[in-house]
Amino acid sequence: MSTYKMFFAGSGGQGVLLMGQMIAQAAMLEGKEATFLPSYGPEMRGGTANCTVVVSDKPIACPLIYEADIAVVMNLPSMDKFEPMVKPGGYMFYNESIIDRKANRSDIQAVAVDLAARAAALGNDKVANMVMLGEVVRRTGVVKPETICNEVFAEKFTGRKAALIPLNRQAFLGE
Amino acid sequence: MTTDKVLMKGNEAFAEAAIRGGARLYFGYPITPQSEVPEYMSRELPKVGGCFIQAESELGAINMAYGAGAAGGSVFISSSSPGIALMQEGMSFLCSAEVPLLAMNVSRGGPGIGGIQPGQADYYQVTRGGGNGDYHIPVFAPASIQEAVDLLYEGTELAQTWRNPIMVFTDGMVGQMMEPVKLPDYKPVLKPSEIAAARNWACTGYTDRGGDKERRVVKSLRMQPEKLEEHVEKLFEKYARAEKELARWESENLKGAEVVFVSFGTTARICREAIEILASRGVKAGLIRPISLWPFPNKAFDEIDFGTTKAVISAELSMGQMITDVQLALNGRLPVFLAHRTGGMVPTSPEVAARAQAVLEGLK
Repeated sequence: MSTYKMFFAGSGGQGVLLMGQMIAQAAMLEGKEATFLPSYGPEMRGGTANCTVVVSDKPIACPLIYEADIAVVMNLPSMDKFEPMVKPGGYMFYNESIIDRKANRSDIQAVAVDLAARAAALGNDKVANMVMLGEVVRRTGVVKPETICNEVFAEKFTGRKAALIPLNRQAFLGE
Repeated sequence: MTTDKVLMKGNEAFAEAAIRGGARLYFGYPITPQSEVPEYMSRELPKVGGCFIQAESELGAINMAYGAGAAGGSVFISSSSPGIALMQEGMSFLCSAEVPLLAMNVSRGGPGIGGIQPGQADYYQVTRGGGNGDYHIPVFAPASIQEAVDLLYEGTELAQTWRNPIMVFTDGMVGQMMEPVKLPDYKPVLKPSEIAAARNWACTGYTDRGGDKERRVVKSLRMQPEKLEEHVEKLFEKYARAEKELARWESENLKGAEVVFVSFGTTARICREAIEILASRGVKAGLIRPISLWPFPNKAFDEIDFGTTKAVISAELSMGQMITDVQLALNGRLPVFLAHRTGGMVPTSPEVAARAQAVLEGLK
């Protein structure tokens, strides 16, 4: 596939925008075209947050999307909103730790990820979004896993945060 | 892997491009969706010897820009719709006094305080102006962060060349999104001691003028009507040249098109996708994308394939403002329709495609 259209959605503080940005940055580093469009408004921690990412081999006409190849939903309101917008055959990754329903649709590939348990096993609940990002990248191939955990991590985690790279890599690679 | 691009948020890229293009003074007041511009300027301008001042209001900002520009400074200001509205009086003064300025409107939905989602309903405001009197401001509307960067990079020099404010008109979506951009190199800037000679009209004081004692006056007040008329006529000789030299546009797929969209900025990108959708349904559609809104690129419309095109659709995030210029440019040659959303709502590409099909259907 030459173009991936993606939604990332959840509540503020779940690291939804960072996931989207990392995909866009990795795509750019791989020489692809990319756009990252966050929802913006009077939002705050605990409010809703979502972003749209388009990755393509050709110039991207429009950064706005109305249907997605991949939706990543971190809470129930996001799943309710974005599940209907996944293309038939597309992916929906959902945070089954806090979403107490299954996918309604059978024509999409729904992937449940128990983020709370996976992050707890790593001893840090803040890496839940990197666990999810790893699942998305490894299953869909939208970008290469090594671009994220080598180049993007090196650019994002600098200074004191550089010490967090091994933990985030572990979360991302599902080790 | 290496790339010469960086992934940047629109607003931050705009600010960086203005600095690299030579802007060294910024006056502003925060307003969504462009507050990252003053934030970035407050942090980065001092590092290159520039100066950032948070004004008490947009009125303060535009008048600081007027003063600093009159003294020969390279000024950049930015705001969003209601903030740009507050600056209109100043814009008229700067045009009359022929003071250069690079300005940007990252627009949102209106009227009034309106909302904070993207809009293009300031089209009349930026192309006609809300200030008094006879004047024009060249306005450029980028459709991507890279194009905005290139226009802002060019803007400081353009403002100095034309001795007039230059406006870059974009919207909240381009300001808030991120795209890979290639940043141009830093342009050389004048030392303060070089300004008096290089900008030989600027009120710099006598210090750096090597004994030249001629008074330099930057003003917009002319009490004698003969003098004022003469001044305005002179301004309009300049604007007539600008109409020839600054009209810019891009057109796509005009040959054989049944319907042609006219659209700028964010909306033009939606139209590009609508064109693909229409093509998949066997409808050939084209696009004229004005890059300069004033001067409006009238010549672009001569490129339309009048043998095949049945309708022109002005696609806008407003109740229909640019459509007036589209009608003037076409001068009755084709029927003109509107595709729009407003108030911060943005149409999807299937919505725009459906509108085009309905228009064509209605003409049968």
